[in-house]
Amino acid sequence: MKQPLHPLLIAFAVVVFFFLVAPLVIILGAAVSDTTFLTFPPRGISGRWFVKVFEMAAFRRTIVTSLQIAFLATGFALLIGLPAAYALNRFRIQLPHWLSTVFVLPILVPEIVLGFSLLKSVQVAADLPVFSTLVIGHTLIVLPYAVRVISASLSAFDFSMEEAAVSLGSPPLKTFFTIVLPNVRSAVIAAFILAFITSINDVSVSLFLTGPGVSTLPIQILAHVEQFFDPVIASVSVLLMLLTVGVMAVVELTLGLTFLAK
Amino acid sequence: MLKRFAGWLMSTPATLLVVLLLIVPVAATIATTFGDPRGPFAPYVDFFTSSFRRAVLWRTVEIASITTVIALFVGFLTAFVVSRAPGRLKSILIIAAVFPLLTGVVVRSFAWLIILGKNGILNNFLLWLGVTEKPLTMLYTEGSVIVAMVYLFVPLMILTLVGVLEGIPDDLLQASASLGATPSATFRQVVFPLAVPGLIVGAVLVFTGSFTSYATPQLLGGERQMVMGTLLYQRAMVAFDWQGASTVAAIMVVVTVAVVLGMTRIARRLNPMST
Repeated sequence: MKQPLHPLLIAFAVVVFFFLVAPLVIILGAAVSDTTFLTFPPRGISGRWFVKVFEMAAFRRTIVTSLQIAFLATGFALLIGLPAAYALNRFRIQLPHWLSTVFVLPILVPEIVLGFSLLKSVQVAADLPVFSTLVIGHTLIVLPYAVRVISASLSAFDFSMEEAAVSLGSPPLKTFFTIVLPNVRSAVIAAFILAFITSINDVSVSLFLTGPGVSTLPIQILAHVEQFFDPVIASVSVLLMLLTVGVMAVVELTLGLTFLAK
Repeated sequence: MLKRFAGWLMSTPATLLVVLLLIVPVAATIATTFGDPRGPFAPYVDFFTSSFRRAVLWRTVEIASITTVIALFVGFLTAFVVSRAPGRLKSILIIAAVFPLLTGVVVRSFAWLIILGKNGILNNFLLWLGVTEKPLTMLYTEGSVIVAMVYLFVPLMILTLVGVLEGIPDDLLQASASLGATPSATFRQVVFPLAVPGLIVGAVLVFTGSFTSYATPQLLGGERQMVMGTLLYQRAMVAFDWQGASTVAAIMVVVTVAVVLGMTRIARRLNPMST
């Protein structure tokens, strides 16, 4: 039998969850307000600020760029992160211990420092185009998700299953796709989602790497807020939240949301 | 032999990416601060003799520390309630914490711009209540940055701690109660010590996250409340002082690494489950 919680503790938690959810409700309200300035509660209901988002070329362009970068960076990170996670678990004894530490480093380095360093050493010194440097930067910040999430799942995988398949004559690559991959499927989906969301929302790395004509959505939002204080930003924010809701629905359907709390 | 080779082959692309495009560029940034023509420590002398930059560093440490302490307190108590909640309610509460976490930093900071502004919700509410005669200035203060940072990091703290608290066996709490401990004594003497490693992980995440943040202090603090992140940007992209920017970057890396390594050591020593 569980001990009942103190009523004050429950009241405290209620206040905290109100504090967590209220600002998001306020954005939603401000986005549908039929006014030219940001206000809550909304005065009148209108969808015109959502239309306005898509009428503005800067937002249209950066939404497309952000999606492209997120898909490319997440794809690259999984493409090189999955074999690395596999190697780290399958050949744990053969590989040096420090190798797994390499993949923790991107978390230790502040993102803003990485962004600035990439600008200096890669974009300017190596004269790489803006878009490519953005993809590189985003791949670096999402790689730890790919490696660590998949690695955690692989550490529970029984590699004798794989050996059994190989000893029965299955070729190594086919074994990987039919035996190993299905067993870590949920980890791959989770890694993809975490990486995608991280990339879409990134500010600190993109900040230094965006250049003339090429920008990402969060950077465009920051630039817009500095000049205007209209409901357009609230509408873009709602669109980003809808994307998050969509992603969470996918997680719920495939893994169950409590997965994320682990 | 073949296995060793296969292992290397599969981990090489990811390793190369991190080494060549993360370690080398960041090391180069730090190295340039020691290659100053005026002497190896000249940029650091510049930084620490400028009272403005010293104030920025101090303000950043202050904001990050206050945010961490509040997030620890709020996150721990809330996570405890969540971890004891019945099944269905617990999933809803976890979703309520995950959703803000997956919503971007810019969006979540922007919300506080609407709330704390001169004509913002909070000011309108206070005017309506009659608490104040004219709107208060809440934006562009240290307090507004801290409030938004706490908002940013509390979900992270809750999710980190719910996992830890759920790992504490119910038997221990029952044993404590049956031996005569009051609920609050159980909380202080059983739950809290067992949660310490999780609290340290959460503290490290929140401190490093708020110490290196850019978007939140930029939106809610502006020029008036400059922190290390906004100073780095201002030096690099507004003043084009790359040496100064590199120095700020190097100090940020040193503080982050020191906090992570220091706290991990403390965590190892304090973990009651180890030995």
